[in-house]
Amino acid sequence: MSGNRQRPISPHLGHYRWSPQMAASILHRVTGNALAVAGLIGLVWWLVAAASGKEAYDSFITLASGWVGKVVLVGLTWTFFQHLLSGLRHFVLDLGAGYELVSNRTWTFAVFAGSILLTAGFWVGLMWKTL
Amino acid sequence: MGTGTNLGAVRGLGSAKHGSKHWLAQRVTALGNLILMLWLVASLFILPVGDHGTIVKWLAQPIVAVPMILLLVSVCYHVALGMRVLIEDYIHDEGVKFVALAALTFYTIGAAAFGIFAIAKIAFAAGSAAAGMGTPNV
Repeated sequence: MSGNRQRPISPHLGHYRWSPQMAASILHRVTGNALAVAGLIGLVWWLVAAASGKEAYDSFITLASGWVGKVVLVGLTWTFFQHLLSGLRHFVLDLGAGYELVSNRTWTFAVFAGSILLTAGFWVGLMWKTL
Repeated sequence: MGTGTNLGAVRGLGSAKHGSKHWLAQRVTALGNLILMLWLVASLFILPVGDHGTIVKWLAQPIVAVPMILLLVSVCYHVALGMRVLIEDYIHDEGVKFVALAALTFYTIGAAAFGIFAIAKIAFAAGSAAAGMGTPNV
């Protein structure tokens, strides 16, 4: 676009100061769509492997328990818990509650902390179990 | 009111009254996902996931197979609603948008069909084995 470079600019992403609330908002979309692709394909793959017999299932497990598989699974676990807790936050916001600056910020941090703790707890628990 | 086209008759009257259905369905399926996914994640935590025999025996029970089918329906519906918003927000070319939404429909219905068929195969194979109708290959 040429012409008057001094024309007023409407506020959009590039003009706001980045906040945790904004990060949580866009992460809800990112995690949701990551789960929609990688999570759903992984779930269906697991079920089809189980239905295809022991040999197919064992090769799925070998792949999933390799380091690439583990990185993907740990990533998906965090993605799942982040989307879940962020979704619960959205349920509260849908009710018209939780918009006050301080409580909005507090619950956003609680969502981040919760998703990391739940992911760590899940995998540490799994390692504990197999010891 | 003029005597023009149908479009002219509805223009300016507000929404087509379908937006709230998408909004509400996204939340109802979110609630379904919340319950069913917590059950699945807890089950995967408890079960020896690497052992095919145990997993197949577990999946074959009606109390597991049915919630798993419901989970696939709820998750795939939620995926169809959520990814539609992503496509509609970021793809502005009408032709590309149409193809992307059609692909999304195929993807979600296909994923649900594959998953449900796999669960049904496991459950019915175990049932026919129990009734002495030959050896299932699962």
